[in-house]
Amino acid sequence: MPASFNLTRLPKLSGAGGICLQLSGQLALPDATEFWQKLKEEIEPGRGHEIDLSAVERLDGVCAAMLVSVEAEARCSGQYLHFHGASPGVERLLALYGIDGNPCKAPPTHLRILEQVGEATCSLVANTRNTLSFIGELSLSAIRAIRTPKSVHWADLGKLLERAGADSVPIVIAINLLVGFILGLQSAMQMEQFGVGIYVADLVGMSVVRELGPLMTAIIVTGRSGAAYAAQIGTMVVSEEVSALRSMGFDPVRFLVIPRTIALALMVPLLVVIGNFVGLLGGLLVGVLYLDVSISAYILRTQSVIGLSDWCSGLLKAAVFGIAIALIACERGFSTRGGAEGVGTSTTSAVVTMLFTLVCLDAFFTIIFSALGI
Amino acid sequence: MTSEPDSIIVVRDLCIGWGDRILMEHLSFDVARAERFVILGGSGSGKSTLLQNLIGLVEPRSGTILIDGSPPPAPETAPPRFGVMFQSGALFGSMTLLENVSLPLNRWTDLPADAIEEIALARLRLVALEGFENHSPSEISGGMKKRAGIARALALEPSLLFLDEPSAGLDPISSVELDELLLTLNEELGVTLVMVTHELESIDKVATRCIVLDGETRGIIADGPPRELRSQTEPIFVKHFFNREPRSA
Ligand SMILES: Nc1ncnc2c1ncn2[C@@H]1O[C@H](COP(=O)(O)OP(=O)(O)O)[C@@H](O)[C@H]1O
Ligand SMILES: [Mg+2]
Repeated sequence: MPASFNLTRLPKLSGAGGICLQLSGQLALPDATEFWQKLKEEIEPGRGHEIDLSAVERLDGVCAAMLVSVEAEARCSGQYLHFHGASPGVERLLALYGIDGNPCKAPPTHLRILEQVGEATCSLVANTRNTLSFIGELSLSAIRAIRTPKSVHWADLGKLLERAGADSVPIVIAINLLVGFILGLQSAMQMEQFGVGIYVADLVGMSVVRELGPLMTAIIVTGRSGAAYAAQIGTMVVSEEVSALRSMGFDPVRFLVIPRTIALALMVPLLVVIGNFVGLLGGLLVGVLYLDVSISAYILRTQSVIGLSDWCSGLLKAAVFGIAIALIACERGFSTRGGAEGVGTSTTSAVVTMLFTLVCLDAFFTIIFSALGI
Repeated sequence: MTSEPDSIIVVRDLCIGWGDRILMEHLSFDVARAERFVILGGSGSGKSTLLQNLIGLVEPRSGTILIDGSPPPAPETAPPRFGVMFQSGALFGSMTLLENVSLPLNRWTDLPADAIEEIALARLRLVALEGFENHSPSEISGGMKKRAGIARALALEPSLLFLDEPSAGLDPISSVELDELLLTLNEELGVTLVMVTHELESIDKVATRCIVLDGETRGIIADGPPRELRSQTEPIFVKHFFNREPRSA
């Protein structure tokens, strides 16, 4: 489709030796990208410009904003960029968008730092996006999201990962360490009667890696991130932010749910790895302090019991738990009705549903794995 | 019934409601291009619901809505042909004002980032929020939030703007400033305005035409320029409304 505007360089110089350009035709959003490129090409930094607008038939706000911006850029670099011949309508629009008052940008040194931070952030986001896109392909809606990545709020992802992951580490460590320790102590008291104290390593190892690590960690994530997601999205529903998203052509589900699902699908297994190690450490403490087993013997025993398949089944469960938490939390959030009270109700309902689902899923996995002999 | 050739919105025999409950039925009206159209009515009569139907967020129970000659597109499939400002501004709390305004441009155009930023900045300048582009919504006042909501609604250069109670909860000065802004948008940029409002002063200043919805008869009980409606003594709700009288008076 040919552009409906023209920006041509006239073969003459302006009074002050500047470049003369003529702009004509229709300047509106559909051609804005082309117009912006053309404008950047034609304007030579370090020289003055005169732009004749007399043949402009139509100018919309987007293109007016671009003209205002190049004018300010020229003015701030000590050059001039004058418009003339504008019809009253065009002139009024330029004035509305601040042709006279558009201030200069912050000094360049300042800008360079910002640019660097921005670039670093962009590449970080781009990297995570690429990695995550791969995992996202597993679900149908993620496939749609990848076709139109702009329809997902990727910028949220970094924050979500940090909140769900890094911020949960202390509580995950505390709880799993205690669970490992309690489990170890309980079993040690029983095993000791039969003189097979070392089997504590087997019991703690298997229970933590296959069951308790994933489950306890998922419960913590439910309380922290799951509840937060339900409340956040619920608040967005009651404050019309979700409606606003839809009115701007976004699918709110895709926009908000995919980043959260990805965040938890990644972070829950990671937290489980940490949780498992400290859970095992809890058992080891019992072995060493209570049963007088040597550290190396305990570790060897643990290593010989827990195989790769135990780790994998635990981590697979963890990823499924993470996805389930995110989906339930978001679904509950979207179903929020009413005001602040509705947010409370849907958050409560989300937490209850998540806990119930976690236990059901865990039972399901245990049955499947034992049937498959994993 | 035929529609005027320059109608931007055509509504015919529209029925709206929630679940089993019908709020309005047999609604028919046209909104002319560049009109400043105000929807009035008691609280709970269904003004916001009507707006949600017009912008395609809710499927009408029956009847037709045409915007620019075609039904409102299902959201998410195409760039919206109009802007919407929600009652509280509905800005995204996790983003700065600049990011809020850039959002629709990022989604629906392939403009480079620097151009999008310039456009978003210009929109903020237009609503007198220059210098606040890096503030988050929680750091600005109610009136500023609404103006930012308008800047975002204008991002994709719509020729039609829907507003739900734009001046509700604003102090008189902010409210007048908002009215001025709306007049500018309409007169200078030719934007058609469709808004719900209760502020009598705003109505006098901004509206070129009002319709009054009535929850009991589930229909439009008055239609015309505010000056005409003000002098009407029938129906009684219209008289009470424009003269600030209690129902029993
Ligand atoms: N999302 C919804 N689901 C069910 N009922 C609703 C919903 N939104 C509004 N209503 C009901 O519809 C009626 C009209 O609401 P609304 O259109 O917001 O009124 P108005 O804006 O005129 O004050 C109210 O009784 C309200 O309870
Ligand atoms: Mg309302």
